[in-house]
Amino acid sequence: MTSLALLIPIALGMGLFGLAVFFWALHSGQFEDMDGAAARILIDEEGDKLP
Amino acid sequence: MSAAPQPVPEQERTVLVVPGMHCAGCMAKVERGLAGLPGVSAARVNLTARQVAVTHDAAVTTPMLVDALAGIGFPAQPRVEEPGPPPSAVKPLLAPLGVAGFAAMNVMLLSVSIWSGADGATRELFHWLSAAIGVPAIAYAGRVFFASAWSALRHGRTNMDVPISIGVTLATGLSLYETMTGGATAWFDGTLMLLLFLLAGRALDAAMRDKARAGVDALLRQAAPGALVVGRDGSVEWLAAPQLVAGMVMRVAAGERLAADGEVVGGQTRLDNSLLTGESAPVAVAVGSAVHAGTLNLDGAIDVRVTAAGQGTTLAEIAKLMDASGQARSKYVRIADRASRLYAPAVHTLAALSFAGWMLVGPAGLHQSLVIAIAVLIITCPCALGLAVPVAQVVACGALMKRGIMVKDGSALERLAGVDRVLLDKTGTLTMGRPVPDPAVLDALPAEAASVALALASHSRHPLSRALVEALAARGVAAAEVTEVAEEPGRGIGATWTDTAGHHATPVALHRPGEAAGMACALDIAGRPVWLIPFADRLRPATNSALAELAALGVEASIISGDNVAAVADVARATRLTAEAAADPLAKCDAIARLQGAGRKVLMAGDGLNDGPALAAADASIAPGTASDVGRQAADLVFLGDSLDALPRAVRAARRTMAVVRQNFALAIGYNVLAVPLAMAGLVTPLIAAAAMSLSSLIVIANSLRLVGAAR
Repeated sequence: MTSLALLIPIALGMGLFGLAVFFWALHSGQFEDMDGAAARILIDEEGDKLP
Repeated sequence: MSAAPQPVPEQERTVLVVPGMHCAGCMAKVERGLAGLPGVSAARVNLTARQVAVTHDAAVTTPMLVDALAGIGFPAQPRVEEPGPPPSAVKPLLAPLGVAGFAAMNVMLLSVSIWSGADGATRELFHWLSAAIGVPAIAYAGRVFFASAWSALRHGRTNMDVPISIGVTLATGLSLYETMTGGATAWFDGTLMLLLFLLAGRALDAAMRDKARAGVDALLRQAAPGALVVGRDGSVEWLAAPQLVAGMVMRVAAGERLAADGEVVGGQTRLDNSLLTGESAPVAVAVGSAVHAGTLNLDGAIDVRVTAAGQGTTLAEIAKLMDASGQARSKYVRIADRASRLYAPAVHTLAALSFAGWMLVGPAGLHQSLVIAIAVLIITCPCALGLAVPVAQVVACGALMKRGIMVKDGSALERLAGVDRVLLDKTGTLTMGRPVPDPAVLDALPAEAASVALALASHSRHPLSRALVEALAARGVAAAEVTEVAEEPGRGIGATWTDTAGHHATPVALHRPGEAAGMACALDIAGRPVWLIPFADRLRPATNSALAELAALGVEASIISGDNVAAVADVARATRLTAEAAADPLAKCDAIARLQGAGRKVLMAGDGLNDGPALAAADASIAPGTASDVGRQAADLVFLGDSLDALPRAVRAARRTMAVVRQNFALAIGYNVLAVPLAMAGLVTPLIAAAAMSLSSLIVIANSLRLVGAAR
């Protein structure tokens, strides 16, 4: 039973952390442009620099 | 973007609409093209809204940015600022969805331990923990439903949110009581899961609407009409339409649309009124003629003294008519609300009956009767019912969007599914709405003449020239080399052509034919016979097959047009439809009202300003992407591309969607029919409630996913 005293706070803490990250993402505008975010990965930043 | 800009004194932010962006390559081109300009410190594309936000010095002006984008092949327009806030429907739902998801998962974790046999102090601790997580989460995530239910109740109505709110509130209250008295069962898990599923359905519905609206808005925002205004001292300045005032003189070049009503004070030309009246034949105007906003200048530059701008124009009159005719449609009640009108009273009666039944008949006390009544409420909470409509519509709209059909409103598919009559506008809907050169003549044109024609036409902004460029380029013609290009407004364009052998320089010209009968242009290469290229407004591709498909779907079609009888008769013969000609906006609305009075459900397909009121009055409406702003705004669906195939495709997809929605209702209600007797008998535990709820939701979602191919 003592393990519960440790595990429950850990589980809740991790969940709360995830929720906090989600809220941060929401407020920092990361859900503004879903299509663009998906396409941006394909932009070739290096250009012709690579052999 | 990572490079921090130097501390520059004046930084401005300009947002441009770039409708031509579609992929990562476009984004990279636009961002790099703009960031490379002197004075521009950052450019960031928003692909969803098809916009780019540019941070730049005060010295950089908007036209410079537009020119730079045009130079890399992306036509752009400054964004028109609309007065209201951006109408994002999904954003306010994301935070409640996140909270409900977090709380549901954690409480479920605790509940699983209770179901597997935790008891005594452990169970009590877990109940308290669940309450600590669940109550604030329910209060926060449930606001969406509480607010909607409250506003419905205040107006003496009921909707799906009323049984949800009552169920959620009672279940939470009971669970808190159980927790405080050390009872065996608490329902936090089921309540949170219910909220999670319902919010997911709402968020999907909202995301679909946002996406469709973003597409239509991108089309709408780029149409920022304006005019070159000539000052008293002869200076010219570009003003946006809202800044035009009566008395100003605007100079309208060939190929531009008039931004305000007025009177011609200089020059003469022919105007295309088709957007305003449907009349396809160009109208000649000279000094003293009255002209209307929205008409297209075909031939030469004219000076127009503005007599009415903004609210006073013919456009504004049509807008008023549209407001009036849109009233009928706002009375439409969505299928989910119709279902909830029957559902909510039934559910509450059942819960009340089980409470009364257990109190009177059974040996149970007040507490147990209450628990059973609340179990009934939870089990009948319209979880799957809440998903039944939105999931099906989201999937169908996604499928339609892939086919270039944008659905602006969820209820549009419901209304479209019922149509059995379609009225088609002629100019711009059945036909392309723009002049197309006669393909037979282009076929007969020698290769050299074609390449000269392309070279000449590409130097002009005249509508006929642009149509010629499009047609010739589509045939794979390469432009010849021409020099000394000179355009004479109202007359034509001339140049010198050195043929491939490189021997002689030949004067060539593309000009108006001597006697202007209908629309045509003459290709004049010195020393060779003159080619006459006639232009006409042609039927859209696949028109007849689309009409045949509509007929097969049981949708009777006819034409209603503002054009003259002769022009309409030609199209009516070609499509073998009955037609009504010379119909003004009011006559179109009347025709729809007559059909509706006879019990028909009418789909209106139109594009022009003159169709706006009819589009708003019909049971459902569809407009091509090339339609006027008013047309696109009034229509429920907007289709991109030229083919009229979109009509039968949209009707078929709407009917399949409604079939799936009805199946979903049957599945959701079927589950209730099975589960409610168990609940009334007092046999439902939180475990059974949770399992049944998620199972029925999953079945409804899986059934809706069958619509992926609905738009084929």
